[in-house]
Amino acid sequence: MKPSPFDYIRAASVLEALHGLAAAGDDARILAGGLSLVPMLNFRLVEPSVLIDISGIADLDYIRQDDGIVEIGAAARQSALERWDGIADRLPLVHAAFPHIGHYQTRSRGTVCGSVAHSDPSSELPLCLATLGGEVVLRSAAGERRVAAKDFQTGMLTTSKRGDELVSAVRFPAAAPGSGYAFAEMAQRRGDFAIVALAAAASADRIRLGVGGVADRPAVREWEALEGDALDDALNAFAWDLGGYDDVHASARYRRELVRRLGRNVIEEARSCRS
Amino acid sequence: MPQLSRDTRHAISFTLNGKATSGHAEPRMLLSDFLVHELGMTSVHVGCEHGVCGACTLRIDGTVSRACLTFAVQVDGKRVDTVESLSPEEGGLSDLQKSFRRNHGLQCGYCTPGILMSLDAYLEENPKPSEAELRDMLSGHLCRCTGYVNIVRAVMEHVGNSP
Repeated sequence: MKPSPFDYIRAASVLEALHGLAAAGDDARILAGGLSLVPMLNFRLVEPSVLIDISGIADLDYIRQDDGIVEIGAAARQSALERWDGIADRLPLVHAAFPHIGHYQTRSRGTVCGSVAHSDPSSELPLCLATLGGEVVLRSAAGERRVAAKDFQTGMLTTSKRGDELVSAVRFPAAAPGSGYAFAEMAQRRGDFAIVALAAAASADRIRLGVGGVADRPAVREWEALEGDALDDALNAFAWDLGGYDDVHASARYRRELVRRLGRNVIEEARSCRS
Repeated sequence: MPQLSRDTRHAISFTLNGKATSGHAEPRMLLSDFLVHELGMTSVHVGCEHGVCGACTLRIDGTVSRACLTFAVQVDGKRVDTVESLSPEEGGLSDLQKSFRRNHGLQCGYCTPGILMSLDAYLEENPKPSEAELRDMLSGHLCRCTGYVNIVRAVMEHVGNSP
């Protein structure tokens, strides 16, 4: 339960972090809050040769809105977003998800971007980002690119980020007028990894449902405003497409049933809070 | 840009419970191990070493943190507070600690320092939590003795809310 040896760089600026990544490439890992990375280091699931600590870079510690987007920098803690003035109004889906994201003691240090970069298939923040159609901002010494959340996460704990790139920010589309949002999760205990997590967005003529914890990454599906049996049929087809897996916490069959039942509940809740 | 090499012990200086403190650590040394083995701070309890159990919880620059998910080199220049920081200047126990004692809010005591440090921060933000809020916050700590009943009772008595 101790990490392998590594060199440590406390980056004072984004440029320093990018230079460190360019020099070490795939052998380097970015350290921000450490809530996802350090357990993996302690278990020796990853053994990087260099850790680049970006937690002290003031330029990355921000939450800002512009043009219908809420952008969150890589050093911003989850607790900062949780307490952000605009959270309930601008990001109601994330606001609803927060009580399920780890614990008070982990949100205090864990970062929003770190959770997205880690890409656990049952994590709430990547699920919210994918459901809302957000983007991940990747920076390297060569430049900057933006990747849609659906193209960022490519499998369990794997992403399309290159070894020399830093997740410098994530961009959440802010709540659309006339839309409602809801989040639901089944876990052994509050704050545990989700068995199934569901995020819903409903407008006058569309519904969108994101599901975490069933496939190897968040899955999002959008329909016209289905009702009754048509909605049940759509959820059933979605559950079968996701498949799911058996593990110590739940069977694949149970996971699919949660998609059908909780999926219906969360869509109805999202409809009921349409503004 | 200073790069601390893996095979060298690096000097670290920080403020521990209000006192200037220093020591040496390799980059991979966890803050929990550093405090216990290098500085003899045996109040920092090491449980799961992956951030789940909460026994090693302390405050870094006021932020509630898992010492087992922090490297010692990361606290260079920072302020670290462990459960010893809760004692009033004249010594003895804080009011919250006294309430834990009165209500038998612990049995083996392994989880207690971490819980007290979480509460120290949490009650600054939310001085009068409801029982539901308190229990949600306590879900970040594993206590295998008490079933949390007396812990909740101790905190609720301390904040003046009856459970």
